[in-house]
Amino acid sequence: MDFSVLLTDIPTLAIVIVGVPAVLGAYIVGGEYLVRLLPDGSRPAVRPWIWVGPALIIVGVFLVYPVFGTLWRSFFDSSGNNFVGLDNYANQLSGFPNGNAWIAIRNNVYWLILFTLLVLFFGLLFAVLTDRVPYESPIKSLIFMPMAISFVALSVIWLFMYSYQQPGDPQTGTMNAILQVFHHDPVTWVQDPKIATFALIAAGIWGFVGFAMVILSAALKGIPGDLLEAARVDGAGEITIFRRVIFPLMMPTIVVVGTTLVIFALKAFDIVYVMTGGNYDTDVLANRMYKLAFQSPFENGLSSAVAIILVVAVVPVLVFNLRQFRAVEARR
Amino acid sequence: MVGLILVACGGNSSTAGKGSVHVLAVWAAAEQDSFMATLKPFEDQTGIKVLYESTRDVDSVLATRIAAGNPPEISSLPSPATLSKYAAQGKLVQLDNGILDMNTMNAQYSPGWIKLGTINGKLYEIFAWASVKGLIWYNPTKFAAKGYQVPTTWADLMTLQAKIKSDGTTPWCIAVNSGAASGWPGSDWVKEIVLSQSGPAVYDSWWQGKTKWTDPAIKLAWQTWGQILGPNDSNVSGGSKTILSQPFGNGGDGLFKNPPKCYMHNQASFITANFVTQDKAVAGTDFKFFPLPDVDPQYAGAHVGAGDAFSMLKDTSQARALIKYLTTPEAQAIWVKRGGKLSPNKSFDPANYPDDITRQVADVMTSAKIFDFDAGDLMPTAMFNAYWQAVLKFVADQSKLDSILQSLDAVQATAYK
Amino acid sequence: MTIASERVAVPAAERRLSPEWLGNIFSKSLLHVVVIGITLMWIVPTLGLLVSSFRSPADIASTGWWTALSPPFKFTLDNYTGVLNTSNLGTSFFNSFMITIPATVIPVTIAAFAAYAFSWMKFWGRDFFFLALVGLLAVPLQATFIPILSLFVKLGLTPDNVGFLGLWLAHTGYGLPFAIYLLANFFRSLPTDLFESAEIDGAGTLTVFFRIVLPLSVPAIASLVIFQFLWIWNDYLVALIYVGGTADYAPLTVTIANLVNSNGQGWELLTAAAFFSMIVPLIVFFSLQRFFVRGILAGSVKG
Repeated sequence: MDFSVLLTDIPTLAIVIVGVPAVLGAYIVGGEYLVRLLPDGSRPAVRPWIWVGPALIIVGVFLVYPVFGTLWRSFFDSSGNNFVGLDNYANQLSGFPNGNAWIAIRNNVYWLILFTLLVLFFGLLFAVLTDRVPYESPIKSLIFMPMAISFVALSVIWLFMYSYQQPGDPQTGTMNAILQVFHHDPVTWVQDPKIATFALIAAGIWGFVGFAMVILSAALKGIPGDLLEAARVDGAGEITIFRRVIFPLMMPTIVVVGTTLVIFALKAFDIVYVMTGGNYDTDVLANRMYKLAFQSPFENGLSSAVAIILVVAVVPVLVFNLRQFRAVEARR
Repeated sequence: MVGLILVACGGNSSTAGKGSVHVLAVWAAAEQDSFMATLKPFEDQTGIKVLYESTRDVDSVLATRIAAGNPPEISSLPSPATLSKYAAQGKLVQLDNGILDMNTMNAQYSPGWIKLGTINGKLYEIFAWASVKGLIWYNPTKFAAKGYQVPTTWADLMTLQAKIKSDGTTPWCIAVNSGAASGWPGSDWVKEIVLSQSGPAVYDSWWQGKTKWTDPAIKLAWQTWGQILGPNDSNVSGGSKTILSQPFGNGGDGLFKNPPKCYMHNQASFITANFVTQDKAVAGTDFKFFPLPDVDPQYAGAHVGAGDAFSMLKDTSQARALIKYLTTPEAQAIWVKRGGKLSPNKSFDPANYPDDITRQVADVMTSAKIFDFDAGDLMPTAMFNAYWQAVLKFVADQSKLDSILQSLDAVQATAYK
Repeated sequence: MTIASERVAVPAAERRLSPEWLGNIFSKSLLHVVVIGITLMWIVPTLGLLVSSFRSPADIASTGWWTALSPPFKFTLDNYTGVLNTSNLGTSFFNSFMITIPATVIPVTIAAFAAYAFSWMKFWGRDFFFLALVGLLAVPLQATFIPILSLFVKLGLTPDNVGFLGLWLAHTGYGLPFAIYLLANFFRSLPTDLFESAEIDGAGTLTVFFRIVLPLSVPAIASLVIFQFLWIWNDYLVALIYVGGTADYAPLTVTIANLVNSNGQGWELLTAAAFFSMIVPLIVFFSLQRFFVRGILAGSVKG
């Protein structure tokens, strides 16, 4: 490996590391300075836009603009020239329960429920349990490791885990080796349409628990120690403390992590794309959208309709968030 | 801010000297090394730098870049269906209009190769390398031990397969697992049978989307493959579960087990590299091949091949120079000598092939009476993906053939527009 | 840690051999068994990959990884030397830093500004913008590639002109919704009286932000940095689309993906490559983990 490039290009990297934060810092300090030049009364009206402005502009360009483009294209045929109304949606949503987008929708529902709840459960479990042992740091690092792995490596790991050999031959995959110990015939985890989606979800859960654990653990550390100690002095058991003190205080963070996981479950793509490509009834909406858009004959209208279905599916989650948001607001 | 970044990143700019040309293709690892070795003399002679990009997902990346107005100058574009789409949109550069010397081209390439790259009478694609499908690999030592003979006719093959089965072993190893692309190794079987059983006319109209999948000729090809698979895939080591779950790269491992799990394995010649590294097998003594026998003697000597095609998406003098260079036998010989490729060029010297097996494979191609291009590569992406998926469903349950073919017809109806 | 030291404060002698002490010992051992048990289960796949990365492809294909742990040992470094000898590994390693560091710093900083406004300022359309941001988390990135790349091409924001700038901005756009969502949630939970007392002291918006909000939010910012960093470090598709896979711009992920050729040969190198590319995100995780400690808010919260 030739690392000489690291030496020659380190000045470039240094300029970037110093320059980027400098530009950003200068922006906010300069912006605030300009606000102070304004008359007292108009400051509260202008100031927030200085603070949210960069975010809104960048998100506007990179997400809002393409979403409106997608919405627009979803009303046109694949050539993009002929307006077809809601035909693309009707096409994708016809053929219930097994036609067109429905297998993908069904699988997204599985992802939504199993991935979200189990990642949240294990994340909370690890955050709470490791908080009570002196070797917290190494344990958390081990649980976190799958997060640091790319999806390609993650799929390599799980294809090893799920690998199948004929009954009677030595099994090379961990899962089938365990079945062999119990004298059970090996299973084709990823090729059997009845279980393949669940096998992929399991790999996803394994890869994502570190995410929930880190954020929930950060929230847990934010709960003042004296509050817990006071409860203990009052004679509350650990389970009561968890239910009555820890859980309610962590609720806003659990909602954030849960919301993010729901959205990740809706967007599930990489694992499916790499491991099965949607074969064996494992397709999901994001993968379907990708195939429609980028594979000849390039069904841009249909693909856009799938993308919009996916975005619209988060609306209930947003409503729930709004309530949560208002509740926190009201409490203070 | 932009000024700062310009200073910061200027160091990486690489468009110096005589200019550069971007190339996008699928080759990675050792293949990439071979391709770069092919380009070395070109870069040295012209001073043009080739900026090569590799991705397994060329179709999607290229579609994005073309739609965004930022295509590479040269790309490998396997599917004529995709090609004709881009040609219709005016995204491709016509090559027989002053860029390539067509007299030389016609002297060096057989009409079949030229025709493949031609859309509405205009040449858009050239082929630099080729490969042959439908090679049946076997282990001569194990064959000799059982007294099996290499079959030369389809009837011989059926007899041999029955004999191996009655001797208590499964005749075939088949593995179609290729991650997201699972199914293609099985699709090779079907297309080889279609060509050899029903001839090039049916084959061509089939990949062009004019012959339906439910057509008796296509259905017969699937059923004939079903005879290879046997009832409930019983002719194949491990049956359907192994066919579906075994990675195709490990497909031939069973030939070298003791006792062997199977005696025959159908795959293109790249698989020999896996025999050598995974099974410590030696060419000639541990493995040899015979071409898939003719299904119908009427179409004797019919073989399916594949090729590495290049198209030009932006007309620059550097890209013109490179596309010309890639059609020369000298350029093609560089990769061929490194192994893994054949040259489609008529003026290519067979002495350049690195070993006996490659020479024999090249012989199959040059002596073929009917040589047709991989139907899967010729179909639109949505069609061949459905084709691959159909293979998975057929292997899982052969009795569902009719409904599988009907759903392929449904895809065919929309995929070619 | 804090809990452990607080417990020691109770005189140990009084507890010894009492029923509570025995119960405590039992539940403590149960805790250790559970924690270590689940952790062991959790690391089996990683361990399998680690062991496989020291085996030859023939061995990986024929026997399970656990068989390598008993004699005869046949470990090999071939997969690692194979990865380290890849041409362009040094450049792409550097490129990954060039991409990841600004693409982490920019969105985290901009998100911190925005999250502060969303949680502690009142302005027109605030809740709408906030929810829209959360909703935008659901946009499949693939749907943005063509419009954004066309925009870059039109504006000249291609790598030959501006290096990685376009990619930084793209990652910023894609990363902002989650970053703002996470930080705003955390900022909002800071106690109100902090802000009131700061106002009484006459501190300006900047002072409150830099002296109070940021220091108190270190755990949330640290976790955000970890995720943004490792998502970009492991990104393949976004980089491939916006800066391409040519040797000068390819990040590590693209170079690693190219270890496997179009016929799937070379897959065994991915085992070693996975650990090679994991090193940097793990270092980031280790170095930021020390910010996840109890008591950062200590003294600032009314009891």
